[in-house]
Amino acid sequence: MSKVIKLKKGLDINLKGKAELALTEASGIAEVEISIKPSDFPCMKPALKVKEGDKVKAGSVLFTDKYRPEICFCSPVSGTVAEIRRAERRRITDIVVKGDGASEYEKFDTANVNSKDAAKELLLKSGVWPYLRQRPFNIIADPQSEFKAVYVSTFDSAPLAPDYQFILKDQVAEFQAGVDILGKIAPVYLGLDAKVKDNIFAGVKCKEINSFDGPHPAGNAGVQISHIIPVNKGENVIVVNPQDVAIIGRLVKNGIYDAKKTVVIAGSKVNKPQYIKTIANTSVAPLINGNIDADNARIISGNVLTGTKIDEKGFLGFYDNAITVIPEGNYYDFFGWALPGFKKFSVSRTFFSWLTPKKQYDLDTNMHGEERAYVVTGTYEKLLPMDILPLQLIKAILAENIELMEDLGIYEVAEEDFALCEFADTSKTEIQAIIRKGLDLMVAESR
Amino acid sequence: MKALRKYLDKIKPNFQEGGKFSKLKSTFGAFESFFFVPDKVTTKGAHIRDNMDMKRNMTAVIIALLPALFFGMWNTGSFHYKALGENPGFWSEFFYGLGQVFPIIVVSYVSGLFLEFLFAQIRKEEVNEGFLVTGLLIPMIVPVDVPLWMVAVATMFAVLIGKEVFGGTGMNIVNPALLARAFLFFAYPSKMSGDKVWIAGMGDPETKIVDGFSGATPLADLANTGSTHYSIADQFFGFIPGAIGETSTLCILIGAVILIWTGVASWKIMISGVAGLLLTGLLINACGESAYTQVPFWQHLILGGFAFGIVFMATDPVTAAQTETGKWIYGFLIGAMVLLVRVINPAFPEGVMLAILFGNICAPLIDHFVIQANIKRRKKRAVAAN
Repeated sequence: MSKVIKLKKGLDINLKGKAELALTEASGIAEVEISIKPSDFPCMKPALKVKEGDKVKAGSVLFTDKYRPEICFCSPVSGTVAEIRRAERRRITDIVVKGDGASEYEKFDTANVNSKDAAKELLLKSGVWPYLRQRPFNIIADPQSEFKAVYVSTFDSAPLAPDYQFILKDQVAEFQAGVDILGKIAPVYLGLDAKVKDNIFAGVKCKEINSFDGPHPAGNAGVQISHIIPVNKGENVIVVNPQDVAIIGRLVKNGIYDAKKTVVIAGSKVNKPQYIKTIANTSVAPLINGNIDADNARIISGNVLTGTKIDEKGFLGFYDNAITVIPEGNYYDFFGWALPGFKKFSVSRTFFSWLTPKKQYDLDTNMHGEERAYVVTGTYEKLLPMDILPLQLIKAILAENIELMEDLGIYEVAEEDFALCEFADTSKTEIQAIIRKGLDLMVAESR
Repeated sequence: MKALRKYLDKIKPNFQEGGKFSKLKSTFGAFESFFFVPDKVTTKGAHIRDNMDMKRNMTAVIIALLPALFFGMWNTGSFHYKALGENPGFWSEFFYGLGQVFPIIVVSYVSGLFLEFLFAQIRKEEVNEGFLVTGLLIPMIVPVDVPLWMVAVATMFAVLIGKEVFGGTGMNIVNPALLARAFLFFAYPSKMSGDKVWIAGMGDPETKIVDGFSGATPLADLANTGSTHYSIADQFFGFIPGAIGETSTLCILIGAVILIWTGVASWKIMISGVAGLLLTGLLINACGESAYTQVPFWQHLILGGFAFGIVFMATDPVTAAQTETGKWIYGFLIGAMVLLVRVINPAFPEGVMLAILFGNICAPLIDHFVIQANIKRRKKRAVAAN
């Protein structure tokens, strides 16, 4: 069964700095510094298994989740635990491993993984389980749960997002191997970009493949799930990024945690936007040094809508496949709200930029206004292609009304689904943070 | 521009916590952000933001109001001189009207903004821009001869009781501008209805009115006698007596196009409002017996304050239904209610104000049903899945 689902709601933001489809390989992948950041995993508390100075291999456990100790977080490189960084109240912010160039791997036995439990056990102990996130709550999938599906959206529709057709074109076999083992946990569904001809994922064997046609957020797994297999109360669906499926596939094929991945370096502050082959959780410095205009730049691990702000010494986020660099917006705009605004991008047509719909924009990080009460209605509804009442859900979360949040569909949403609402919000509130707060409340309620 | 920025940066510390004018922090912030969109940057979530903010939103509404406002100024002067039997020419008429209307605008803004700034300061919040529109709406929906002190009292009543007691901008139940008008209507009925209040100077016994001139609105004519001497074209273009901004359907249509094109106001409310009025009108045409019930159903679109109300007042996003489905019902309800009050109810010749206030009060109920439908749909799906 294969459907093409047309989505009308949403918005494509045409940004400057799109990467060319050409791949370079980062030098010295094995010697790079990496860091796993506990902040990438909501509702997770790290229990350290290593201390500074310890030798680790690729696939060695660095820490586990205090709440669910079977979930392991493993080093993607072999080397030495260089530093465990902490913030206030000894909260761990980074577990830094310096690669030694030896590329030694822990070996995992991948023969005879035929049952659901065997598959779970392999994924858990090899450190790839954290790649599996669940709806509801958008947290690492709970190994104890039953799942009704594993869902992989094979494309990312966000601005300047990586093109998986390009990144994975030589890794379809690994991708299939990943799909196969995930299929032992629950039936696998794929979402394809309807605009792509000769889709490399079209031949993948799995439960069901559907295509989606429409503007961002059509590529969001949560949006696609809501149209195919909506998550009801008590149900769980696993969501995995396509590149992470390939990593899982390599684990099955080779018996090692081989976390090499290709990331896109894009944005208007990048001199030569490009794709670079590197390794998960890498320090971004070797990827961007010399290739960006670092003066007053915002470096983002991820895309401009959902990514995390990092600095030049920062690390690639666990789930991120892009590094985006755009200008900071720390300037005063004289009568910015009153002038015609031929060059100012807006969803509304209150700025005359609607005269040039195809223009590529160089957007910065300015808020373009101050926080206000919720006054305008109807904006979010145009940007969220799900059967969810966004404003009402946001208000239910702000009121911490658990029952109402549940009724209004908090189980179906993730922060990223609301990223465009946050972008277009006239009241300049932090909607993704509000949604995360709601999800955290639900998790706290269920534990 | 740079000098202004430097000056603001220099005096800013005085207005921060601990500064000597810290009690005026909100006031300073309002003026600073009037001149400059702040340099505040995103920290998490979406790193880029739309250029649209509340100021831009409200500015779009004000721009949409301007054609009707300027026409209203000219129309005020025009009817004033008609009543005197004079014809001094376009510009004299316009400037006379400007002279009549401008003081009302000033009084409305000063009295309302005073309270807005005061409450923002008490709550230690930023000043919200909502009143920029309310403050212009109030002068446009009152008769030109209204005493200024009444405008001030009504505006302060509306801001205080209509908005601030509920928690300020975004929290109010009914449209503050309409509440101001309703306050005037019920507190000072003699100044808000009748045949004389719509013409500047006509209420003054000193003014020499030419014989046979009546200041009655066509709607009042129709309600009383079943006919009016104003042509359909007069009613559409707005060459009729009425509240300052409500007479010209054409100018209001221009405003509607601006609001819909920019995406600032809901076209759903406007369309369903018109549909509600037309369908109810057809029904009344078919069943009614008196002369007033036989006024063609479509003529109600260009009579009285309907066009102004449905375009600028019913679409206030705070007091309208907030769900997209709810907006269809809400608009239709208002359109239907306008005619019921106008034609069926003998007490009031005009029903727009009451219909929209009624719609405002029903909006949360309409939303409730739409939200419940969404919840039920989700629960049904869960049952079907298991």
